[in-house]
Amino acid sequence: MKGFSWLPHPYLSLMLLVIWLLLVNTTAPGHIVLGTLLAILVPRYTTTFWSDPPRKVRLLPLLRYTLVLIGDIIVANVQVAILILGPASRLRPAFVHYPLTLQSEFAITLLASTISLTPGTVTADVSADGKGLLLHALDLEDEEALIHHIRERYELPLKEIFEC
Amino acid sequence: MIEILVSFFLLVGAAFALIGSWGLVHLPDFYLRLHGPTKATTLGVGGMIIGSVIYFSSHGETLSLHELLVTLFLFITAPVSAHMLAKAALHLQLRSEERTRNRNDV
Repeated sequence: MKGFSWLPHPYLSLMLLVIWLLLVNTTAPGHIVLGTLLAILVPRYTTTFWSDPPRKVRLLPLLRYTLVLIGDIIVANVQVAILILGPASRLRPAFVHYPLTLQSEFAITLLASTISLTPGTVTADVSADGKGLLLHALDLEDEEALIHHIRERYELPLKEIFEC
Repeated sequence: MIEILVSFFLLVGAAFALIGSWGLVHLPDFYLRLHGPTKATTLGVGGMIIGSVIYFSSHGETLSLHELLVTLFLFITAPVSAHMLAKAALHLQLRSEERTRNRNDV
């Protein structure tokens, strides 16, 4: 424990408050007080689980990343839906080893989740040294192109967001 | 008008959930089948949730946004479960399709 702090994770606290208000679906003053209390207490008692919390988050790139991701999910969903409805023999499945340049565990988790959420690719494994991801692709044409796409579209923006 | 909009989003959501389930049944190996449910959890649930937000926001007095939490929780949990399933499959060395590229390196 280095120094006492009321808000060890300010963003987590803010998110907890918002989630609480959404859960009860009201903004009555009583619930704002209760939500604030939870937003202060929960991060304090779970702080030991956060081995590697992001130190800095840049909000504007994060917002842009979220919007790009939502757009990609919709486009990729339609593409994959067409693939699934077509004959299975036409698919070109592949395992791909993706070399990571990110170092923060938190950012790697986000990248792995992003890859799984965009249809067509699933993160299957993280290498033991934490320097690569094993992906499974539903229909792969060019391995290098996929790696390049993930690098440019998701990994570099994540680097920018967390400044690591 | 709102009814048409709500129906549209419900149908889009249902269609993607159906396609996801169809993928689950009809794709040939475990790793490929993993891809099916990702559609159901993203656009499938997404469409239904947008429909729900529109419906309850126009019929109730206040804006109804707590459905968005469903999306948030799904987006946090779905990749983790897919990852654990894939990891378990790799550990058990489940059969993958002959034509899967790099299948012998994993």
